[in-house]
Amino acid sequence: MRVSGFGGQGIILAGYIVGKAAAIHDKKQATMVQAYGPEARGSACSSQVVVAEEPIEFPYLSASDVLACMSQEAYEKFVGELREGGTLLIDETLVTMGALDKDVQIFSIPATQFAEDLGRKIVANIVMLGFVAGTTDVVTAEAMREAVASSVPPAAVELNMKAFDQGYEYGVAQRAAGGAAAFKAAALEAELIGSTQEAS
Amino acid sequence: MSEDRSVLTGDHFITGDEACAEGGMAAGCMFFGGYPITPATEVAERMAKRLPEVGGTFIQMEDEIASMNSILGASWAGAKSMTSTSGPGFSLMMENLGLGIMLETPCVLVNVQRGGPSTGLPTLVAQADMMQARWGSHGDYQLIALAPVSCQECFDLTLQAFNYSEKYRVPVLVMTDESMGHMTEKVVIPPKEELEVINRKMYDGPKGEYLPFKADDDLVPPMMKVGDGHRIHVTGLTHDERGYPVMSADAHETLVRRLIDKIKKNVDDIILVEEIDLEGADIVIVSYGISARVSYRALRMAKEAGANVGMLRLITVWPFPEKMIRELAKKVQTFIVPEINAGQIVLEVERCAAGNAETVLLSKLGGAVFQPEEIVEAILAEGKAPRKKASATKKKAGASKKKAAATKKKASGAKKTAKTKSSKKTTKKVGR
Repeated sequence: MRVSGFGGQGIILAGYIVGKAAAIHDKKQATMVQAYGPEARGSACSSQVVVAEEPIEFPYLSASDVLACMSQEAYEKFVGELREGGTLLIDETLVTMGALDKDVQIFSIPATQFAEDLGRKIVANIVMLGFVAGTTDVVTAEAMREAVASSVPPAAVELNMKAFDQGYEYGVAQRAAGGAAAFKAAALEAELIGSTQEAS
Repeated sequence: MSEDRSVLTGDHFITGDEACAEGGMAAGCMFFGGYPITPATEVAERMAKRLPEVGGTFIQMEDEIASMNSILGASWAGAKSMTSTSGPGFSLMMENLGLGIMLETPCVLVNVQRGGPSTGLPTLVAQADMMQARWGSHGDYQLIALAPVSCQECFDLTLQAFNYSEKYRVPVLVMTDESMGHMTEKVVIPPKEELEVINRKMYDGPKGEYLPFKADDDLVPPMMKVGDGHRIHVTGLTHDERGYPVMSADAHETLVRRLIDKIKKNVDDIILVEEIDLEGADIVIVSYGISARVSYRALRMAKEAGANVGMLRLITVWPFPEKMIRELAKKVQTFIVPEINAGQIVLEVERCAAGNAETVLLSKLGGAVFQPEEIVEAILAEGKAPRKKASATKKKAGASKKKAAATKKKASGAKKTAKTKSSKKTTKKVGR
């Protein structure tokens, strides 16, 4: 999967936490590589996570099964690499979707809004991780929870767990509704809905 | 300290750089002198945090020249020591790397390769320091360089590097790269008692009689700890067993020949490779480091496409596995060498193949790793279009091989078990 957004959102940390959840807590194999450039706050940034049962031969994504986007720029840059039948997760506070020409499952959450409501915009990435755990099978929710708890500063664990739970519950509900809620929440354009599986 | 923090037994999700640091810690490293440089800084960072936990010392030196010198000094003071660097820093360390070789000083240097020359691509991958690793310091010498393929091997091979450096009293290089250094991956650190840790031979004779450069039968002199009361003198000048400068051809021949031989005569112990499906393969990928990692996938894809392909992964790059390539060249049609440089290790492969197999370079100059498809394409191209031509050449080579084999038999008195050995000799002759 790929976690994407802009520098300063904790995108690399989010990718690290997914990988750690898989490698340490789910006892699988995992790699995480980051786009490492002159990234300062505000520019596009992403991390690639590969999770597998077997040792990982190639630690880079040729196409992603799951793509989480936390910025418009990242969405536009990476949506093309999403595999047919893959899963797209967007932070609808920051991303406005356009029409898609492939069949993907879409889940949408106002992650940054949730984080702001919690009083710290900085935990939007953890809201998104909760959402990842709630909507996909990349890692188990328990593993993700443990990985979050062990990767953030001790003083911030409580806030982060709150953020995680919000994202998780929002995700579980949306998944139960087959992703349909995502469409409502995101108020997507009609043509987009027409192009996805769930709407038909 | 109540708890031993040197070996962090357990499962970790850490970068290659951090894994190198942990490999050093597990080996018992107690001193790190270095200067931060992307993409090697995380090795230093981790050591700065970890060494104080075990009573060790971390020093950020003024530059890489001093860094290299500091680890030599620490080693003579009895501490296992290491440094890490990249590109420009590696160049600056070259002179004192030579001093380390001349003074037979155990130490480990991790080079997280990035694009060059000069400051080049600080944040992006390359494998273009492979020849510099071998020949970058002046004069004749042998050293050891290892190339990890994963974060796990960053741990394993840094530990192994310490073991070789302690055993042979030689600086050992860990040649990783930016992509590996910054990749985060699962690393399993075994319990301390399961790790093989080699410590240098120590002199236990009477004080006043210690000769710091008098080698035992294994060509390696025992060490002592500076400050233990032995009289010693060390110099980068050509020296005798006492370490005193001697400016003569004889002294130079004796010393430098031994420095070379102590590695050359132990290649069977030092050379580590991973062999995958070499038996009966027409095409063999020869690679190392991140390019070998990518080749795992390429190998599988090419096999699925019907290619008769195997892989020889160089874990030890220096000393180069000459015998192995020479033997293999007689059996295979083509070597494909993917590496992120303009062609470095391919030169060694070609030299050792000695015309018995075709050698094809797959070159990328840095900034990105190979896509598996690029390697697959090269394999399939070798396997298909030019096959007739290549097999013709191969036949030729095969015929001359038979001749060689015949000579071999005569020479070796037709012992089957001796076949491989004598064939090595024959090739050696042909090679020279």
